[in-house]
Amino acid sequence: MKKVYFDHSATTPVHPIVAEEIIPYITGKFGNPSSVHFLGREVRKAVEAAREKIAQGIGAKPEEIVFTSGGTESDNMAIKGAAYANCRKGNHIITSAVEHHAVLDTCEALKEEGFTLTVLPVDKYGMVSLAAVAEAIKEQTIVISIMHTNNEVGTIQPVYDIGRLAREKGILFHTDAVQSMGKIPVHVDDLEADLLTISGHKFYAPKGIGVLYIRQGSNWQPVSHGGSQERRQRPGTENVSGIIALGKAMELVVSELEEESQRLARLRDKIIQGVLERIPHVHVNGHPIKRLPNLVNLTIEFVEGESLLFSLDMKGIAASSGSACTSDSTDPSHVLLSMGISPQNAQGSLRLSLGRDNNDEDVEYFLDVLAPIIDRLRAMSPFFQQNMIRLRLD
Amino acid sequence: METGIHDNEILIDHFMNSRNLGKIEDADGIGMAGDPSCGDYVKVYIKVDKVHLTDIKYEVFGCPSAVATASVFSELVKGKSIVEAQLIDNHDIVEALHGLPEQKLHCSCMAVEAFDKAVIDWVMKSIANSKEEFESLGLPF
Repeated sequence: MKKVYFDHSATTPVHPIVAEEIIPYITGKFGNPSSVHFLGREVRKAVEAAREKIAQGIGAKPEEIVFTSGGTESDNMAIKGAAYANCRKGNHIITSAVEHHAVLDTCEALKEEGFTLTVLPVDKYGMVSLAAVAEAIKEQTIVISIMHTNNEVGTIQPVYDIGRLAREKGILFHTDAVQSMGKIPVHVDDLEADLLTISGHKFYAPKGIGVLYIRQGSNWQPVSHGGSQERRQRPGTENVSGIIALGKAMELVVSELEEESQRLARLRDKIIQGVLERIPHVHVNGHPIKRLPNLVNLTIEFVEGESLLFSLDMKGIAASSGSACTSDSTDPSHVLLSMGISPQNAQGSLRLSLGRDNNDEDVEYFLDVLAPIIDRLRAMSPFFQQNMIRLRLD
Repeated sequence: METGIHDNEILIDHFMNSRNLGKIEDADGIGMAGDPSCGDYVKVYIKVDKVHLTDIKYEVFGCPSAVATASVFSELVKGKSIVEAQLIDNHDIVEALHGLPEQKLHCSCMAVEAFDKAVIDWVMKSIANSKEEFESLGLPF
């Protein structure tokens, strides 16, 4: 059976060139980069070379790159480190309703500790407004965290404007750019970010490696303590193979960015067009223009998300949904709900996220397989026929 | 996401090739049950000859476990007397499916509940019909 992977926002396969690059570091070159002997020194050199590549990839200085275990740790470090370092200055944090739980739950945890929190609403496209940020800023505001691109609907936030406003007001600005890397340009100055989160496994590096960019001179403090690694900003022996992989992956996605994002956008539009042509009662979620080139989020009315994913799975297609049943939680996607989408429609949402291994054939196979699945699921629903009669009467 | 249901061949078969799926236009009883917490619903249609369940069909909006439990349930009760059918409960469904993941156990209750409501609907209709019959014959009901 044909296999199609349409879940690159969840994770990506390791790029073969990246895999090749790390083999020496998980076999022979095992030294601890902190060791001063020859084994340590050769690894240290490779780690610093990777750091330089990563810095270059996002327009930063190498000393502003801190390696972490991934997006969740970077988000925690960014927000907690900024909040604790500035707690004498103020106690107010601003974020948005569509953030990843790594940001939302971190902010909620700080609220429990006594910080105050404003969670900004979004419009129907999942977009945060600059005016709302401006209005929420108080004398006590010390951190603003707004994601660069949304992981569920792909909407690109007005991060530059928010970052500039934060800078004018002397407030630290963090942005989660986990979904952006390799799809759209990520440059710390263009995003006006003081703190920026990246995760390796979202762009063809392995899981367990990420970056927190910390702008030089930012009033931020470490949240974990130990050795002197990463300038004491994130102590612990480095994930050497992860770092080497991240460096290589960064180099690859940055060099292929323009070509690849155009290719993905064409495939994305082919999916959207194909689905809208073949299947009635489908809505495209997210911003119509300001969105990621590799992500499609659809609401398919009168279809339950988990049954849809399961049916696609049986046909060899891996995708994801905003359905509550697909996760441990009982609530449907907080992102879709905050965009004003009904819980029932959120249950029927489908997220397809494309990557470098996808091609036209995958899209055509998906479109051929999807229509009969939808027909079957709708035919078994007690609501579909009732609603069709209602729609006809309307 | 639990992986349990993806390894359950019986469940997959009942989801992909659901038995008795659909509706009965001239049903003797109709019942619907749902779980508002997850938005799933099952609607059961029954056809009864004297006291035997001659046909059962259902429509379902729900996850694969909700579909499969309704399918299995329909097989378990079809052809039985109403009294026998009402003894089939969610444990029998889970057993017939060779188990359900913990967080999906609640799905198995929906078909049973919808069926019970369909039976009540049939009883109420039968009473109403009998009443009409008695009245048309001029007999006290």
